[in-house]
Amino acid sequence: MSEHQMNGAEALILSLEKIGIEVAFGIPGGSAIPLYDAMYKVRKKMKFVLVRHEQGAAHMADGYARATGKPAAVLVTSGPGAANTVTGIMTAYMDSIPMIVVTGQSVRGMLGKDAFQEADIFNLTLPIVKHSYLLKNANDIPRVLKEAYHIATTGRPGPVLIDVPKDVGTDLCTAGLDAEMKLPGYHPEPKGYTPGTLQAIADALAKSRRPVIVAGHGAVLSHAEDELRTLAETMQIPVTSTLLGKGVFPDSHALSLEGLGMHGTAYANRALVECDLMISVGARLDDRILGVPAMFCRDAVKIHIDIDAAEFGKLVKPDIRCRGDAKTVLQDLLPLLEPGDTAEWRKALAGYKKKWPLGYAKKGGLHPPQIIDALNKLTGGKAVMTTDVGQHQMWAWQFYKCDKPWQFISSGGAGTMGFGLPSAIGAQFGRPDETVVAIVGDGGFQMTMSELATAAIHKLPVKVFLMNNHYLGMVRQWQDMFYDERYSGVDLEGNPDFVQLAKAYGILGLNLKRAADIPKVLKKALEHRGPVLVNVEVVKHEEVYPMVPPGKPLEDTVMEHPKKKKGRPAGRRATTAATKANRE
Amino acid sequence: MNKALPTHNLSIYVANRPGALVRIAQAFSRRGFNIESLVVSPGATGDFSRMTITAKGDEAGLEQIIMQCSKLVDVLACREHSDEEVVARELGLVKVAVDAAQRGEVLQIADHFRAKTVDLTETSIVLEVTGGSEKLDAMVELLRKFKIVELVRTGKVIMARGEGET
Repeated sequence: MSEHQMNGAEALILSLEKIGIEVAFGIPGGSAIPLYDAMYKVRKKMKFVLVRHEQGAAHMADGYARATGKPAAVLVTSGPGAANTVTGIMTAYMDSIPMIVVTGQSVRGMLGKDAFQEADIFNLTLPIVKHSYLLKNANDIPRVLKEAYHIATTGRPGPVLIDVPKDVGTDLCTAGLDAEMKLPGYHPEPKGYTPGTLQAIADALAKSRRPVIVAGHGAVLSHAEDELRTLAETMQIPVTSTLLGKGVFPDSHALSLEGLGMHGTAYANRALVECDLMISVGARLDDRILGVPAMFCRDAVKIHIDIDAAEFGKLVKPDIRCRGDAKTVLQDLLPLLEPGDTAEWRKALAGYKKKWPLGYAKKGGLHPPQIIDALNKLTGGKAVMTTDVGQHQMWAWQFYKCDKPWQFISSGGAGTMGFGLPSAIGAQFGRPDETVVAIVGDGGFQMTMSELATAAIHKLPVKVFLMNNHYLGMVRQWQDMFYDERYSGVDLEGNPDFVQLAKAYGILGLNLKRAADIPKVLKKALEHRGPVLVNVEVVKHEEVYPMVPPGKPLEDTVMEHPKKKKGRPAGRRATTAATKANRE
Repeated sequence: MNKALPTHNLSIYVANRPGALVRIAQAFSRRGFNIESLVVSPGATGDFSRMTITAKGDEAGLEQIIMQCSKLVDVLACREHSDEEVVARELGLVKVAVDAAQRGEVLQIADHFRAKTVDLTETSIVLEVTGGSEKLDAMVELLRKFKIVELVRTGKVIMARGEGET
């Protein structure tokens, strides 16, 4: 077909392929029919995956991007189709994930007239997109798609939404596919710093005797793992990684302190309490890792490296701010550094590691950390792991050990339940030859489990391990610890028989109920060539530790369930009384 | 909210695209900042708009807003200006209900502030006044002894003095 005869929808599909989109996830609907018709007619290389719910499509695109570093497209219809992507777009936005979301829309003449399946998705999504477009002219399509890809993938990545009225899709597009971008206000400069800033960082590092590196998602996204490792090894600086930074510094490295924050390791949190310098490489220092923001690294020099200047001072006021791409910054910084002397500091931290190791109960039924630990050993930490959100997510973070980035996929900022299965499907499309394991809870899994169909149809060998405690476990943990055991709305009585459910979708379902069966069942699941759902009947009551109670500083990291007799936090009423007493 | 919170002058130069105004307004509203005045007008070339915003709030919150606005794809520049570095002007129209007996004093006040009479009837007068926002405040205050029927102010527009960029 000559380009001069294409309509807007065809231009859009061809543009998606031209900018390098390899896979699109979606569901059609009335307003999206021209887009799907164009896919039928002109699509060549781009793979299309029909999903079961639009939230699933967005999470799949998200998982694909987190596994490959490349954005995928989401193709949905107007109104409810578009609205169903909102949770997925928000999840991607919070975690800086590139994504191109194309939504069908009512014809231009009906915009704002409450037409059938019309939703103002452009305005609905304004606070959760990096940028967005409402197309009014078919000739803008090649330019807008090129801009969308550029915006989504450069600087701090993020989702871009393109709303396409149905008649823009059917209008003739006479513009060539080689369009020029018009983005006068967008300059994602990787070097937003001066040599002076780098020297200041080098000087501060040279003076420090108790430094800590906080490695975040930005280090992953900029592929800074080698530079980060050189920095840590040259200066002998211990490294702690955020949830999304997992693997950017090897968990098995002697300098690794693993995770930090609310459910981080006690030794990482202690390191942050005692350090004299904290250098954040691509972490946004959010509330879940800070404890009390004003008390975070109170006496330390705080250095913040981030591509997004808006992160500086949001919660933590840095002494040195350095705006730039993590890899570029470290490359420029490394030549300025001299080997550091941190022997005493490392010795102290080694003591903390011995004193407060990560651990879990092994008796009295199955424990989720036990399963994750076993999976870690069986896969050697080489499988791609996705998680849902809740207790199992924190255990996966703690007990699955990654030595490489792009291996651990989890909804961090948004904390979106329902993320685990679809993101695993997306990751498996991105890395078809690798083992992809999803760790999910019975709560989150049931929010998007209809995507089992997608896994089954495409014979994707995703391994889903369902930590079934018949509870919304994390909420129950909070109710247990801070609300006097008032378990409100957390009992998931009436869960289906998940093995039967798997069978209904035509995939292998396995039960795991006894510790003795762990090796056998896990091995069987991992060796199976298609999708597997393993229902793991875990103990009903189990809590994630270490924990920094909400509103408390990292100093107050709790190692185990507080005994009632020993001043266990006694719920809101008692806390209020105690606060009053303190004031008086 | 603390009454003593300072008022800030922000000037934003932005590509003239749909949604740009909403994105900027959201940067303020999400952080609980109340916009006191907002002026949007075409920039020197038609592809760009100039927004002048005055808002009350604490310094840390304002810094966040400036950075959030600066990173919007459509925004070319977002700057805060102190009163000293800019020329600031505002235009106001005031409709006062006056009869023949009161008209003299109203005109005297108008004259003092170099306001112009732009409409006059048996029972009312419309004054046009230009100047700094404080000047407008002062004139309106004096006119309050009469019956102010309507008051419309454009909100402040600013331009950096000398070589400074707005």
